[in-house]
Amino acid sequence: MPESSLDIFPPKVKDICSSSIECRPSPLRQSSQSSLPLHRNYMLSTFCTEKNVQECLSHISQEVSSLGLPPVWMESGGSSEMNVVAVLNCIYDLIQLHRRGLRTLENMEVEQLKSSSNLDYLQLTSTQLKEQLELSKRENTGLLERERQLQLKVKSLQNCLKNEKEEVQKLQNIIASRASQYNHEMKRKEREFNKLRERLNQLLVDKKEKKQAIDVLNNIGRADGKRSLWKTEKTEAKHEGEMYKTLLSDYDIRQRELLLENAELKKVLQQMKKDMVSILSSKKPTLKDDQHQDDDIQADLEEEVFDSSKESVELYCVHAREKLTNSIRLQWRRLKSHVERLDNQASLAQIGRSKNTDAVSRETHEEEMDRLKLEIQQCKDFIQTQHQLLQQLSSPYDEEKASLLSDCYMLQEKERFRDEWKTLEEQRKIFERERRNFTEAAIRLSHERKAFEDDRATWLKHQFLNLSPFADSNKPQMSKSKSAFLISKTEASAASAPEKLIKRPSDTTSPTPRCVPLTSPSTAELYPTLCLVPENRSTKPKRLTEHVEESSNFLNGNVPAQHKHWNDREDHSSHTLTKEKTSSI
Amino acid sequence: MNFSEVFKQSNQLCKVSPDGKYLATCVQYRLVVRDVSTLQILQLYTCLDQISHMDWSSDSLFILCAMYKRGLVQVWSLEQPDWHCKIDEGSIGLVSSRWSPDGRHILNTTEFHLRVTVWSLCTKAVSYIKYPKACQKGIDFSRDGCYMALAERRDCKDYVSVFVCDDWHLLRHFETETQDLAGLEWSPNGCVLAVWDSCLEYKVLLYSLDGRLLSTYSAYEWSLGVKSVTWSPSSQFLAIGSYDEKVRILNHITWKKIAQFEHIATINNTKAVVYKEVEKRPAVGSDDLSLHNITIGTTLFNTQSKYEICPPPVQVPVVKPDPDRANPKIGVSTLAFSSDSRYLATKNDNMASVVWVWDMQKMSLLAVLEQTSAVRCFQWDPRRPRLALCTGNTKLYLWSPAGCVSVQVPTEDQQTWNSCFMTLA
Repeated sequence: MPESSLDIFPPKVKDICSSSIECRPSPLRQSSQSSLPLHRNYMLSTFCTEKNVQECLSHISQEVSSLGLPPVWMESGGSSEMNVVAVLNCIYDLIQLHRRGLRTLENMEVEQLKSSSNLDYLQLTSTQLKEQLELSKRENTGLLERERQLQLKVKSLQNCLKNEKEEVQKLQNIIASRASQYNHEMKRKEREFNKLRERLNQLLVDKKEKKQAIDVLNNIGRADGKRSLWKTEKTEAKHEGEMYKTLLSDYDIRQRELLLENAELKKVLQQMKKDMVSILSSKKPTLKDDQHQDDDIQADLEEEVFDSSKESVELYCVHAREKLTNSIRLQWRRLKSHVERLDNQASLAQIGRSKNTDAVSRETHEEEMDRLKLEIQQCKDFIQTQHQLLQQLSSPYDEEKASLLSDCYMLQEKERFRDEWKTLEEQRKIFERERRNFTEAAIRLSHERKAFEDDRATWLKHQFLNLSPFADSNKPQMSKSKSAFLISKTEASAASAPEKLIKRPSDTTSPTPRCVPLTSPSTAELYPTLCLVPENRSTKPKRLTEHVEESSNFLNGNVPAQHKHWNDREDHSSHTLTKEKTSSI
Repeated sequence: MNFSEVFKQSNQLCKVSPDGKYLATCVQYRLVVRDVSTLQILQLYTCLDQISHMDWSSDSLFILCAMYKRGLVQVWSLEQPDWHCKIDEGSIGLVSSRWSPDGRHILNTTEFHLRVTVWSLCTKAVSYIKYPKACQKGIDFSRDGCYMALAERRDCKDYVSVFVCDDWHLLRHFETETQDLAGLEWSPNGCVLAVWDSCLEYKVLLYSLDGRLLSTYSAYEWSLGVKSVTWSPSSQFLAIGSYDEKVRILNHITWKKIAQFEHIATINNTKAVVYKEVEKRPAVGSDDLSLHNITIGTTLFNTQSKYEICPPPVQVPVVKPDPDRANPKIGVSTLAFSSDSRYLATKNDNMASVVWVWDMQKMSLLAVLEQTSAVRCFQWDPRRPRLALCTGNTKLYLWSPAGCVSVQVPTEDQQTWNSCFMTLA
């Protein structure tokens, strides 16, 4: 049935088919519309068959209802009869829908066309506008540039204007100063003129003209002592000559100086040239592409040899001078180019060498650094220790400590010195004592001697008198020595006298023992003492005899032999003295 | 440094004899001659009027005393105190008087520069020189005393006459190319005469002894020109100080400028040493200001001063001169070479308290001495490179390449004392 309905309206069917074909994605879409009917047939035949009518119906109704159209088929009853009206309506609706769709499609296509054309148009306009923008930008920059230049120009013109104004001002100032100077001068001249006029008037009025005069006591001689000469042509010529001589000598001096200077400078130039040539020639092996220069250098050397031989004459010639300066210039240029080349080489080498030699150089560099660091550290330590020591030496102490410490080095020595000093002092005292003793002893001795002499004299007298029959009467007159009378008459004291003397060395009471034998001498006793009859006496006399020689020696041995025996009196004193002597020493 | 006791002198007339043995001072109308070493008064002369000018003759035997008001010149002899000489110019008046180099002639310039009268003390003869020019430096004698150059003005033109001092014979007479000759100076070797124009025109002309023009030098046009000119003792350099605060050095071989020294207000040169005088007054407490202290202590007002070295940049005090006045106080007015020509000392008038010392070997600034007050004058030691300067106070300042020192001079008044420098042997 659907086939037949569809056959009636072929063009619409075509449309419907095309739309149905479009609704359902199918590979048949690409086929042309001319072959549609066949396909349609083919499609329809495949979609709906007699067997699946119900299914098709339900499917179609579903689809239709999904499209929002009233349902085509009512599922009421079980009849499979379609509502033709509904179906036609549906079909019509579908056709309307389709038409609408087509229209919208058309509209949309139109819209799309329109929009695409709009787009094109807009693109076109945008490119145009961009170009315009570019153009205007360029114009703008151009204008800005012009403006800048104009501003610069304005500034420079302003500067010029300022300068001109300043110049004008300066000129005005100059004019003003000149004017004031002129005015000043004018006034001065006018004042002088007035003075002159007054003076002239005064002179005209003044009758008495004071003449010029010189009043000299006597003429004095000329400074150089010579006589003045008359003014003649000769003298004038002489003056001229002298003047020219002065000028000439001045020029001479100047010329000589300039010559010397010139010679020195030339020498310097020569030296420079030689040095430059030597430098350049020594670099010969390193230059590879300077063959032509070698020849020049050779030529120069030859020249040099030539020059040095004729130096003095050649150098004063203009040509030689020029040659010298030219050659120097040439050498200098060569040297400059050489140095530049070297510089380039060095820089290139440095760049090229940097990577290769980096490691090596760095190593050595680091080694060097380490060594230096070590050295620095050592030095620092050294300085530190020195500093510490210095601090110790110069740090401030407490006063006691300071004094102690200042003395500490000398302490031992001081102690030693003190001891020595003590001993020396003691010794000195002892010596003093002894000296005193000696002096006293000497005094005593002299006294005793005197007394002894007196006694001797008296004794001799007495003896002499004793020898005579009337000797006894004079006995008591014997001992006239003071000491003898004064001091003890007991023998006991005499015995103890020496001890006393020893005990009291300062107390020289040596006369005491002396007086002892004096007080009671008997001839018998005296004989042995006089060594006339040597006897076994007590130790004392023996000692006395022993000490006789000593005492005689002591007393300077001027005692005659007969007085020797009397020396025993002094023996005590001498004995004691010697005893003292021995005891002390 | 030892100072003698102060003795009076008037009018800044105090001169040491050329042989260095005597010192002559003028007090009013008296002339006192002392021995330099002992300062004993050797001679005392009395003139007829107040002495305006006093000068020794070159052989130190005679002294001239000029009394300008009276028009008199009296000459005294040192050897014969009884000898007298009086020159009376009469009605013609006297403006300046000077010795000739041989010490036997006196040149008197009459009033209004009418003429120069040459009086001979040997022959009592008189010579006249007409038309001398009244300018900054119109007469100059060459150093060897042989020639005298005199500026003349005739018919509104400048001339220079060269005379032989022996017999006053006119050797040369030539016109100079100046507008208004201001001065002339012989070079120390006596062969070149430098002639310069007035300040309205910068022009320095160099003439040879025989009158030939050797060279002309003009640094610029129009502005005020040359203020001072000096030769170096070796005759190698000619230093020209001008109103534009610059010194230009010409060399004697080409007579072209070899160096230009500028006196700029801000010194940035690191090689130059800038000495600045610093005064310190002794601090006075209020209780010290009793009359007693003031009358006794002149040290109260005596300020100690020493030099400080200022690091660059240094600002130099500048005084702008009055633009309306003539002869403005601007420009290099004083130039002096040291005796060995190694140093040049200059003073710029608008930096009046500053003395600049330039090294002539390096042609650069060597030292700058900034004082507390304006420098009055300075002079070089004739033997050593030592500069002495004074500023009108009681101190003497000395500079040498080794350093700078200020010395107090024991005077009671703080007046200007005469800087008659005779340096010590």
